[in-house]
Amino acid sequence: MRDEDRSRSLPLLDRRQFVQAAVAACGTAAPLLVAVIRLPAATAQEASGAAGYDPTDHYYGMGIDIERCIGCGRCVAACKAENDVPLDASHFNTWVERYVIDNDGEVTVDSPNGGMDGFPPPASEGGMRRTFFVPKLCNHCANPPCVQVCPVGATFSTRDGVVLVDEQYCIGCRYCIQACPYGARWFHPTKHVAAKCTLCYHRLVRGLVPACVEVCPTGARIFGEVEQRATPLARFMRMNDVQVLKPHLNTKPKVYYANLDGEVR
Amino acid sequence: MTLPPQVPRLAIVFALAIAALVGARSFLVPASFGRFGHYRAVAVDSIAARPIHYAGRQECEECHDAIAAERIRGNHRGVACEVCHGPQAAHVTDPVNVQPPAPRDRAFCPRCHAYSQSRPTGFPQIDPAAHNPLKPCITCHDPHAPVPPIVPESCSACHGQIARLKALSHHVNLPCVTCHDVPQRHKTFPHAVRPTKPAERSFCGRCHDKAAPSSTGAPRIDLATHNPRYLCWQCHYPHYPETE
Amino acid sequence: MQGYIYPNEFELQWGLLIVLYPYLTGLVAGAFILASLERVFNVQEVQPTYRLALLTALAFLLVAPLPLLAHLGHPERSYEIFMTPNRKSAMAMFGFVYAWYLAVVLLLEVWFEYRKDIVQWAQAARGARRWLYQALTLGSTDLSERSLRFDDNAGRWITVIGIPSAFLLHGYVGFIFGSVKANPWWSSVLMPVVFLFSAIVSGIALVLILYMVTNLFRSRPLDMRCLDKLASFLFYAMIIDVSLEMLDFVHRLYESEESIGILSQMIQSRLFISLIVLQLVIGTLVPMVLLGMFSPALRRGGLGRGSDELRRLVYLLAAVLVEIGIFSIRWNVVVGGQLFSKSLRGLTVYKMELLGVEGLAMTIGLLALPLLILWVLVKVLPPWADVPSTTESWQERRSS
Repeated sequence: MRDEDRSRSLPLLDRRQFVQAAVAACGTAAPLLVAVIRLPAATAQEASGAAGYDPTDHYYGMGIDIERCIGCGRCVAACKAENDVPLDASHFNTWVERYVIDNDGEVTVDSPNGGMDGFPPPASEGGMRRTFFVPKLCNHCANPPCVQVCPVGATFSTRDGVVLVDEQYCIGCRYCIQACPYGARWFHPTKHVAAKCTLCYHRLVRGLVPACVEVCPTGARIFGEVEQRATPLARFMRMNDVQVLKPHLNTKPKVYYANLDGEVR
Repeated sequence: MTLPPQVPRLAIVFALAIAALVGARSFLVPASFGRFGHYRAVAVDSIAARPIHYAGRQECEECHDAIAAERIRGNHRGVACEVCHGPQAAHVTDPVNVQPPAPRDRAFCPRCHAYSQSRPTGFPQIDPAAHNPLKPCITCHDPHAPVPPIVPESCSACHGQIARLKALSHHVNLPCVTCHDVPQRHKTFPHAVRPTKPAERSFCGRCHDKAAPSSTGAPRIDLATHNPRYLCWQCHYPHYPETE
Repeated sequence: MQGYIYPNEFELQWGLLIVLYPYLTGLVAGAFILASLERVFNVQEVQPTYRLALLTALAFLLVAPLPLLAHLGHPERSYEIFMTPNRKSAMAMFGFVYAWYLAVVLLLEVWFEYRKDIVQWAQAARGARRWLYQALTLGSTDLSERSLRFDDNAGRWITVIGIPSAFLLHGYVGFIFGSVKANPWWSSVLMPVVFLFSAIVSGIALVLILYMVTNLFRSRPLDMRCLDKLASFLFYAMIIDVSLEMLDFVHRLYESEESIGILSQMIQSRLFISLIVLQLVIGTLVPMVLLGMFSPALRRGGLGRGSDELRRLVYLLAAVLVEIGIFSIRWNVVVGGQLFSKSLRGLTVYKMELLGVEGLAMTIGLLALPLLILWVLVKVLPPWADVPSTTESWQERRSS
């Protein structure tokens, strides 16, 4: 390379000046950055909801007795009232499905408005072999695929076995909604974050039961502890043959169904 | 060996970028993140602090103990107060100014009690159009301790699906007690005290055997040779007998 | 709506923007892999497209995160992916793979490739352009033999690292879908591989189109050897891509798992046009026949022995059809995966908006934006072999 070229290509700053300028720039930029970016509230509180509640003392699950569900839809309405769920027909924390199996084995499933207003009479021609209601909700899996895929840690399993969504942290990518095999999650139309059944966590920390369990008139929903303890769920699991939904996916759901028909997905 | 001049300059650029990223972490990662897992620990607290709308039946029973005592023996003992009266946490906080609604119209009770084939057998159901159509339900039924004003004579009050199916079948003229012995206590303790089912083939044979004396037009089989291993109702559904 | 879907499935969550994103990153990966053919595997014929392919990859990579940001419920919180990434989430790793690819592979590669020219253009230019070129040199204006050799070696090594990086950049998008066990249409081991090969196909086709179009605008003659080679590579890549898709198809039919019922229904009704017509016939079959007949892929001089002009027309047509076909693949994967219910009992519909953030207009805009950026890049860093440089042309330098 020719010398004339080199002399014409002298840089604006030599190396030392460049480094000094860069350090100075960073030093001024950093406090500006802090001032401009608004951080999520990072107050360090240890208290969890109500005084005296220790999450490590609990590990929750739910039982559902298909033979008791009458499809009244009170659970759906109560959940929407308790958790401020939008009232339209495409957002549910819990819903009730009706299965109609006719004499030829054809299965028809419906869930008008999630079952919130009850069910109209089934359109049956030729009689039915079996028909029943199946309440559905988030299964609060012990191996949750939704938690696995959240890119930022906005959805998580608490120490007491409840899968929750951090509304202040969720970026709204909706990967968790895709990853849930049970259709339990939905996208909040105004908050623009993922949402789902919280097992009424705000009630659990105060020793109450979830709203859907509270209002079920026939005791089709049973709430309690999964691990061996004297709770209604423990009795339910002792007295009934229980199944979970989609066991082959190994999500380890903690909602246990008694008298579940093989046609239920 | 000295490096060509590009390398240290590039190294500076990359070092600055990485330093900026690492430095940003101390500002941008929330303080409680990672305390119990890969999430903001304070999020659990904010979720736990959400407002409560349903008080729970224990709260109701603290003040309304007379009604609670009434309910405890009735058929609605498993039905929470707020199922009918709606979420009442506000009423618990301010009992005087916030009054719970009490549903008194006919449209309310059929939500649970209208006949639907999908409801489990044994659940008390009526046809709202036919069952005392002009009166509000509470005229005859006390919702806190519901008993029918007259003890239902027929089984169809609770076993509506079976009754409706039987009404379309060849067995329409057979009352339930033809085949089932029903203890009186079954009407009060339906799960604990059960009716009987015919335990012998000869029972159905009284009408259906070739040699039976019955004069009905019932289809006849030879009881001795027709699938002798089984009880009749292990294949045939007596409430709607199919012949194939 | 048909049959039964879970109530929460009524609205589709991932729409046009998420269809666009794998399309864009696919073009990036494909264009880069084409460029690497020349740099690492010394396929001399495609040299005229080397720099153009790099700039194309850069232009599309800069735009690639935009559909994602537009789709997020809270784009202002997107920095969280870098600050608190969930190491188990494929999507979280995106930020780092993207940053790696942009900074370490593509920007460095372009810088090393162009450094000598940037220094010389800095000397020759005046005014604002001079400042721009001087800034781009990062102060490294040494053009000694040693420095230039370093540039060349660095470029080669970066390309060598860049090939698996490009595989990672687009393969992981396939993994994002392929690892979702909840969705039988997505969940497949083949998904990352199919995505990658369709990316390569779309990248080669894009560079072919851009090479023809840019030279048309500049009224320059086209290097037919280069075009023939591009068309051949496109054909070979399509063979692999089609084989993988057929493998997936046959495998599904053979295993006949529970989801086969609703998926067949979906293909025959909701996806008939986008899958059978656009993806298979128009996007794959027709271009393969055209390329097989007229490019030298199967026989020197082509089976059809077409003139240069005919071949150019055929190549352009085939490449455009291929791009339509690959876009349809993305559509069929992303939207198709959400058109059927996880209850396996029903189908729903995708209501595409025209305006609005997730609308058709936004998508068309985001497809046009990389071309605009490419235009700017081409103005600042001309990739043409015939642009006067202060010493010899870069093409001569490379072959010496």
